[in-house]
Amino acid sequence: MFNIRSTFISSLTIFLGLIFSQSAFAEWNALNMTEGVTDISREVFGLHMFIFWIVVAIGVLVFGVMFYSMYAHTKKKNPEPATFHENTKLEILWTVIPFVILISMAVPATNTLQKMYADEEGDINIQVVGYQWKWEYKYLEDGVNFFSNLTTDQDEIYNQTPKGEHYLLEVDEPVVIPTGKRIRFLITANDVIHSWWVPDFAIKQDAIPGFINTAWTIVDEPGIYRGQCTELCGKNHGFMPVVVRAVTPEDYDLWVAEKKQAAFELAQLTEKDWTMEELVAKGEGVYQMNCVACHQVNGAGIPGIFPALAGSDIVLNNKPRNVEILMEGVQGAAMQSFANQLSEVDMAAVITYTRRAWGNDAKGDGEIVAPKEIVEYKENKIKI
Amino acid sequence: MSAVIESHDDHHHGPAKGLTRWLFTTNHKDIGTLYLWFSFAMFLIGGAMALVIRAELFQPGMQIVEPEFYNQMLTLHGLIMVFGAVMPAFVGLANWLVPMMVGAPDMALPRMNNLSFWILPFAFLMMLSSLFMEGGAPNFGWTFYAPLSTTYAPPSVTFFIFSVHILGASSIMGAINVIVTIMNMRAPGMTLMKMPLFVWSWLITAYLLIAVMPVLAGAVTMMLMDIHFGTSFFNAAGGGDPVLFQHIFWFFGHPEVYIMILPAFGIVSHIISTFSRKELFGYSSMVWAMVSIAILSFVVWAHHMFTVGMPLAAELFFMWATMLIAVPTGVKVFNWVATMFRGSITYETPMLFAIAFVVLFTIGGFSGLMLAITPADFQYHDTYFVVAHFHYVLVPGAIFSIMAAVYYWLPKWCGNMYDERLGRLHFWLSFIGVNVTFFPQHFIGLAGMPRRIPDYALQFADWNMVSTVGAFLFGASQILFLFIVVRTVMGGKKATPEVWEGAQGLEWTVDSPPPYHTFSTPPEVK
Repeated sequence: MFNIRSTFISSLTIFLGLIFSQSAFAEWNALNMTEGVTDISREVFGLHMFIFWIVVAIGVLVFGVMFYSMYAHTKKKNPEPATFHENTKLEILWTVIPFVILISMAVPATNTLQKMYADEEGDINIQVVGYQWKWEYKYLEDGVNFFSNLTTDQDEIYNQTPKGEHYLLEVDEPVVIPTGKRIRFLITANDVIHSWWVPDFAIKQDAIPGFINTAWTIVDEPGIYRGQCTELCGKNHGFMPVVVRAVTPEDYDLWVAEKKQAAFELAQLTEKDWTMEELVAKGEGVYQMNCVACHQVNGAGIPGIFPALAGSDIVLNNKPRNVEILMEGVQGAAMQSFANQLSEVDMAAVITYTRRAWGNDAKGDGEIVAPKEIVEYKENKIKI
Repeated sequence: MSAVIESHDDHHHGPAKGLTRWLFTTNHKDIGTLYLWFSFAMFLIGGAMALVIRAELFQPGMQIVEPEFYNQMLTLHGLIMVFGAVMPAFVGLANWLVPMMVGAPDMALPRMNNLSFWILPFAFLMMLSSLFMEGGAPNFGWTFYAPLSTTYAPPSVTFFIFSVHILGASSIMGAINVIVTIMNMRAPGMTLMKMPLFVWSWLITAYLLIAVMPVLAGAVTMMLMDIHFGTSFFNAAGGGDPVLFQHIFWFFGHPEVYIMILPAFGIVSHIISTFSRKELFGYSSMVWAMVSIAILSFVVWAHHMFTVGMPLAAELFFMWATMLIAVPTGVKVFNWVATMFRGSITYETPMLFAIAFVVLFTIGGFSGLMLAITPADFQYHDTYFVVAHFHYVLVPGAIFSIMAAVYYWLPKWCGNMYDERLGRLHFWLSFIGVNVTFFPQHFIGLAGMPRRIPDYALQFADWNMVSTVGAFLFGASQILFLFIVVRTVMGGKKATPEVWEGAQGLEWTVDSPPPYHTFSTPPEVK
């Protein structure tokens, strides 16, 4: 018994020690729900704490009685057990009291929920589309449209280099919203179900193919707010963060103007004559960002799920089909259409890269794809 | 006792020799034993998978497995623990105990009983073999939401569907057997309201099983059609509805949750009463509480789906209905405490597990109540807070109750007492292990860590490490459990027929171990 007890006590000490050191040195929000930055999120936090303290009180009461009788009513101290085994008054009482407590919880919860559901047109309406494994944002009024990818390096994930401050919670293009305006998110998905979560706004809505869910928020403070996909959506479910950057309305207008200018410049690039080296160099970057998750760095794919590109007959010798797959996706498979995700230049570059990399240039025709060909492909499709 | 005489006068009714005894047996005790060993094997396999998960989460970054394999592990861990460990363990307990508790010679449908067990190993072999197939094992979570589990699933999903069909058939046969036995084979004088609570809990569980297993079979059949026969039940591109899958799944899934906890209620009621040396407080309210919980379980399913975008009215209905479950559950907890109150308590291993059950299950109930609050659920949903919640009700809930039952009835089954010192050691190691594993998961969930991710942001690192340490402690202590049980079966101090001082019920009136056939002549119950 001595051993058991000492094991128990020492483990307990370690455990309590950990809790203590945590709460002493770490921030409180590493242990509890965030209060967030909107009226709704603060209300949700209040609700959470209210219910929490109620259950703590019930726990203290019930476990208090239980621990008392565990201590006082042992066989040693109370050799003759009592014989009562029912008490109608008591039983009615402990049915009715919990019911009343529940009503006291249900009323504020119902109120908050009604506020969250007061869904109306926003000042800014943003369509959020979940893809395996990235988010697309379409600004319905401003015509801005982009994808948001994880930027954490594979080397950080595989412990080759130290992890940065926002490990796994950083993207190339955060969704930008103005402060003080009502933002409405129209959330849907392109392939499987995802879920768009920003804890600081208390928004979590499933992104479901074929459905459009809505959520709204008004953020008062500029800042960067981070969240994640919260519905298992396949292999890289853990690697598709949500990053929202709230800026002042003036900065927001500037940002929209910049995005439009950048789109114009990108269109200009399509006209340029690209060399093979330029395309391969650019394509490698595009490949790292968009393709490695499935087709792997070495182009070998994962047998049975994601086809290999290295040595693939289509990549080696069938340029038209090669282009078609990237533009249209493959029905019934994880391969999605990249026509809207990649610019004409990126599209041409990444196809060229796959046709030249991993020894493919030696085995196949090694032909390059110029950005103009992608433009032609799109134009032909419109004619048909 | 008639049963004692019976075992001497007809040796043909003893067990057959060798392997055929187990393959062809129609004896409820043998089949109970098979179920229990099978579920323990599954518990170890599912547990090993949990340790792969926890080992990967020990530190941020990918160290041990790839995300693809991680998803297979979390899927199989869930499926194996639910369908392979907890459910068969309860069926095993029902097989051993229900006939002895109601004074019946065997289960009502002994051949079907054999069949319902022996299809199980094949179902799980098939499910596990998918690990070695091209594309790997199912990787879409034990809830297998479409279209991740249909259009985007690995080819092995078809084998998974077939194995779920077999599991469903097995459960339905088991449930029919329990109901028929209880309804037709009770000893004279044993009215429904005189039945032991374990029998009551299983009667209700069996009805739940019959109601919902066909729904699960329907869901997987629709998946099969979508995958192979061109239908679009769950495919939005073909006019189908991915949310429909979730409604069907959780219409099965929520009663399923209670299938895994009601028998535990029964077990704990027996044990607390015995070791408090006091009659169970509020027997009839216990029965009605279980019936209410079972009925309510059919109208709360969408609380698993608060974020799918249901209309406000639906959200409110499911929130209120879910909160209501706290009332009958509370009644049960109060009754257990009242049973202990002014009793004459001793702390043998089954009692330790039962008390831990009451405390930790109640903690799981508290977090369940918090999860019912829809606006707060938007923050909790699909985070580690949910993981902590359902592990609190399933591990120190369902699994602790099964361990309590094994310690409590093992001397009856094999005729030997287990080693009390080792039993208590096993309890304390499990108790500490379970809490160190799962309590910190409340924190990391509230702080914002989603579930089912193989890698996480740095602010979650400390508590994940603690949780992993706890998981390995809990896992290792189950080897001790195996050792204790094997040693007890092999030998040890002989148990008396009553085993525990003042234990109530027909099973304590026969020898320990009981003869191969008990109650060939029904006992009288006054």
